[in-house]
Amino acid sequence: MKKIKIALAGNPNSGKTTVFNNLTGSRQHVGNYPGVTVERKEGKTIYQDYQIDIVDLPGTYSLTAYSIEERIARQVIIEEKPDYIVNIVDASNLERNLYLTMQLKELKVPLIVVLNMWDMVQHRGTEINIELFSKLINAPVISMSANKKLGHNNLLQLLTSETKTEGYKANLKMDNNIESYITKIVNKLEKDIPNARWIAIKLLEGDIEISKEIKSQESLNYVKEVLEDFYQKEGEDAETYIAEQRYGLISGICRKSVRSSIESRINFSDKVDMVLTHKLLGIPIFLGLMYLVFQLTFTLGDPLMGLIESAFGWLGGFISEVVFNSSGSLLESLIVDGVIGGVGGVIVFLPNILLLFLVLAFMEDTGYMARVSFIMDKLMNKIGLHGKSFIPMVIGFGCTVPAIMATRTLETRRDRLATILVTPLVSCSARLPIYALIIPAFFPAHLNAPILWIIYIIGIVLAIILAKILRSTVFKGETTPFVMELPPYRIPTFKSVFIHTWDRGGQYLKKAGTIILGISIVLWFLTTFPQIESFNQDYDLLTEQAYQDFITAENPDNEAYQQELVEIENMQQSETLAYTFAGRIGHFLQPVLKPMGFDWKIGTALIGAFAAKEVFVAQMGIVYSVGEADEESDALREQLRKNYNPLIAFSIMLFCLISAPCVATIAITKRETNSWGWALTQLGGLTILAWLITTIVYQSGLLLGIGIG
Amino acid sequence: MPLAFVKTGQKVVLSSIQAGWELKARMNSLGLIPGIEIEVIQNNNSGPFMIKIKDNKIALGRGIALKLFVQ
Repeated sequence: MKKIKIALAGNPNSGKTTVFNNLTGSRQHVGNYPGVTVERKEGKTIYQDYQIDIVDLPGTYSLTAYSIEERIARQVIIEEKPDYIVNIVDASNLERNLYLTMQLKELKVPLIVVLNMWDMVQHRGTEINIELFSKLINAPVISMSANKKLGHNNLLQLLTSETKTEGYKANLKMDNNIESYITKIVNKLEKDIPNARWIAIKLLEGDIEISKEIKSQESLNYVKEVLEDFYQKEGEDAETYIAEQRYGLISGICRKSVRSSIESRINFSDKVDMVLTHKLLGIPIFLGLMYLVFQLTFTLGDPLMGLIESAFGWLGGFISEVVFNSSGSLLESLIVDGVIGGVGGVIVFLPNILLLFLVLAFMEDTGYMARVSFIMDKLMNKIGLHGKSFIPMVIGFGCTVPAIMATRTLETRRDRLATILVTPLVSCSARLPIYALIIPAFFPAHLNAPILWIIYIIGIVLAIILAKILRSTVFKGETTPFVMELPPYRIPTFKSVFIHTWDRGGQYLKKAGTIILGISIVLWFLTTFPQIESFNQDYDLLTEQAYQDFITAENPDNEAYQQELVEIENMQQSETLAYTFAGRIGHFLQPVLKPMGFDWKIGTALIGAFAAKEVFVAQMGIVYSVGEADEESDALREQLRKNYNPLIAFSIMLFCLISAPCVATIAITKRETNSWGWALTQLGGLTILAWLITTIVYQSGLLLGIGIG
Repeated sequence: MPLAFVKTGQKVVLSSIQAGWELKARMNSLGLIPGIEIEVIQNNNSGPFMIKIKDNKIALGRGIALKLFVQ
């Protein structure tokens, strides 16, 4: 089998990822480029007797050294020397997209141009003469409609055919004036340097990265002289001149090969934008949409959650009975309470989380997300953040870990750090299980959605305040310029939304399968050992007494009897748990927990929540011994209702919202900031903040008598 | 005149970008080069700017709109 390697290059929003998904299907691998934090997507496909390895380069508008993404794209092309660079071009937005193509031509790489979104071009009535276009741009060209899965075979055929890209080597010449400057610099460079013309162009553009690679100081001084000379003569810097030349070439090519029947159109996107980005309506519409999203998540997710719950309950019961004969052994407890109970408690929330991811993917793929950055930029600027900081924060609703990874689009470290530090305050989906457990237990049904909404809003408001404080103290300085393309609204394809959702859902499940499984076992251990041997009271005797009282009573009250039994059992459980490591840690923390209205049981669960927020639920289940067979959240809710009041319930949610981000967040913060200092600052700072705010809220609630009934 | 002072709905021509090479490169790659026609889609006198060049919509911070000079 013959092997070839290709790289996909293209603008963001050119449909590059759809092409990649279509070509590779599930044979994808996502990693990181060494040393930097840019995602590296690779995949492969088999076509006839060829194995085609595909690298999906980061989406870029150009090949300067403006962002890490552009530097990486450039580096892969130059250093890994793929057999072909497949440039995915949005044909419905040809001129802008070809700017990158021009730079790829300058690099003299074996180039294939794919005119994507061909269906849209045809729909609009634009005609592109592909043959002529190919001749003018001097590269093989094919058309494609990736979202309709049309045109991939043509690409594969071209890649594996013998025609190759020989014969397409010639440069696209700019005007004589700039070419003479290019030649001047080429002559000054070392004789055997590869890509000399390209390097000369980059030097004229003032590209710092390339300047660094030029060893000879003499050459650099010469370039400086040439640049000054150029500015004197042309009254314009060479960088701008070259950009104009590129666009000049592009418009020449388009004039000859593209015929557009409609001159200008007030299109659908403009009309939608008039409403969605309206200066007054924009933000309320966004908040309203988010509210609907949460409402929908709960309505659709609940029945599914019920199903999963029953399935795990059945599994636990089945294993208990069939494997262990309900012996009550330690191993049975480990497997049923620890493993099945713990992991089940997490997977149960998968429907809600997938639904949330689905909506986020939908918002991203329609183009609405970019508008959200736009309408939020003003507000974000006021708190000293960047419009682009908003997207990571929105992703933070899903999971803080990818959210922190998404801060890479921010160009300065100052903006990035401020965003990273406050993002954990945006309530991630792992905290959703906690709210989902607590809210229905303490608040009437019609208040469920509003309370959930309030919790999220509190997180957002706190993030804003904290950002403001950070930006006016530690991270003083100007915000970097906000520039962002607003792609036309598109109806997303089912496949791309699905892949998006599945990717993120997969990350969540992976966490459930690994970290949370491990943590569940550790917590089970902490809550089981050391085992108590002698109780303060003889509970068996108490039970016996209650029974005697019941049967000898004149008017036996069955209800009161049942309740007494439950109370005795609870006392016994409490004592058992109090004796364990977890209980001891909880007790040890009690002085700190008390001002917030928490008892040591909540304390033990919070220890679990530090490992991963959703563990709180599983842990409360274990603490209250409802993690056994036939586990229903309702049983736990019942226990919670008996032990706490709505004020405490709200305080729990508040504390979980603000406090120490999970271990994974700390780890990713360390990786992205490359500093333990920032990771630990985030951990300590947020925990202290959580304690302060929760204490204030709880104490005020007590004073005012709210929610203590 | 900086782009920031152009009202919603007006069309202007970009004459120069007063910025460092990095921001210039960024602007160039989005199609903002001298001589290009810019239509201001949204200018609320505060907050970001929405412009359209050749059917592309671009959001710009106010800071940048002060660095783009137009006629």
